[in-house]
Amino acid sequence: MNYNWNWHIFLEPNPMGTGTYLDLLLSGLVVTVKVSVLAWIIALVTGSVIGVLRTLPSRTASWIGFCWVEFFRNMPLLVQLFLWFFVLPELLPRTAGLWLKQLPNAPFWTAAIGVGLFMSARVAVQLQAGITSLPRGQKQASTALGLTTVQTYRYVLLPMAFRIILPPLTSEFLNTIKNSAVAITIGLIELTGQARSMQEFSFQVFEAFTAATVLYLLLNFVVVTAMRFLERYVAIPGYITGK
Amino acid sequence: MIEINHVNKWYGPTFQVLKDCTTSVAKGEVVVVCGPSGSGKSTLIKCVNALEPIQGGDITLDGVKVNDPKTDLPKLRSRVGMVFQHFELFPHLRIIDNLRLAQEKVLGRKSDDATAKGMKLLERVGLKDHAKKFPAELSGGQQQRVAIARALAMDPIAMLFDEPTSALDPEMISEVLDVMVDLAREGMTMMVVTHEMGFANKVADRVIFMDRGEIVEDAKKADFFGTPRSDRAQKFLSKILQH
Repeated sequence: MNYNWNWHIFLEPNPMGTGTYLDLLLSGLVVTVKVSVLAWIIALVTGSVIGVLRTLPSRTASWIGFCWVEFFRNMPLLVQLFLWFFVLPELLPRTAGLWLKQLPNAPFWTAAIGVGLFMSARVAVQLQAGITSLPRGQKQASTALGLTTVQTYRYVLLPMAFRIILPPLTSEFLNTIKNSAVAITIGLIELTGQARSMQEFSFQVFEAFTAATVLYLLLNFVVVTAMRFLERYVAIPGYITGK
Repeated sequence: MIEINHVNKWYGPTFQVLKDCTTSVAKGEVVVVCGPSGSGKSTLIKCVNALEPIQGGDITLDGVKVNDPKTDLPKLRSRVGMVFQHFELFPHLRIIDNLRLAQEKVLGRKSDDATAKGMKLLERVGLKDHAKKFPAELSGGQQQRVAIARALAMDPIAMLFDEPTSALDPEMISEVLDVMVDLAREGMTMMVVTHEMGFANKVADRVIFMDRGEIVEDAKKADFFGTPRSDRAQKFLSKILQH
């Protein structure tokens, strides 16, 4: 294989005039972080609402939860992003569609919302499992004290359910970061996108993707460590995963 | 205080758990409900504060109809204390916070007042020193005493006990029964599902015997232990009293 390794490439100026190739990759990393964090917030908020709906006795509520989860988890993420980015503007009334197409930063917002909704289905199922794993008596005890359903969830069920599902939620957060790379297909130049442009400009494909790999690893390591601290912080003395 | 009139309840379309149950608990009265497992006694007591819905008949609590859709159930429930077989303390809250939660969120008491009230009751059940601990750091008997204190913190007009000692090791049963005996002697209205015939003998005014969803026997304590009128009650008593 005739390949010219050049690890100094990162310090050479990139043709975009935005500094070195390393700067190029780092700017991609920043976009990855931004889109992942926003997607994760969307996933957590909507996923929590849907997860709770799935545990309510109301049939309408669990039907809504069921439809939401099955819609978002049964379609490939790639297809979903295409749907939101290319198909949705065409389905809307003309003016609304045009407005959507002309939105500044459209790939960014579409990726954040698209990945967020895709992940929300997974968060919902996790949370549902967390809530149903609690003893039935917890809800009864809370209800018997006169707390309303909303208060029961807010003060009794959710604090425990979230503690229980914290380890799998960590995995879902990591998945969100990794899934954000799919946004390259709708034109978002995040970390993977910048690695590709570096490859195209410099022909140093192995260096580019080695660096991207390392940056993804570092980013996920930060998340894992932070979540580990969070787990320890909210652990309950004497209880399952307690200190 | 508690009026139960011709109550019928089904699980699913065919299985009838409660068959035309009628009884009452007067103010200041202590009524013990006993019977073999699966006889519907726990279900009956959970119907009193509408933790379980009923399909026929009426239940009135201090003049308020429990099974009326217009009844403000959370408010009604906050006036009746309930103690469960598995304690059902909220594991993520410190003992004192377990006692404060419903006082503040349901009754709207100020944090200081709720804490003061909680500490007074913890002292009463002999657990003042454990206020800052978490439930999992306490023994079963201690947890159940906290659960009783938590219910009393709401200043209930009546107390419901659903097999309060069934999940306890033998040496812890008496510490819980002692608290209950004191409560009964102070004139608290109590409905107690239990197999502790010693407790029944000591403080009950009446004993209800249930079998297969029916109230078979509803008699003054002396009559029940003297000459229970039904075969089934006699058999039950001979079985649990022979050891």
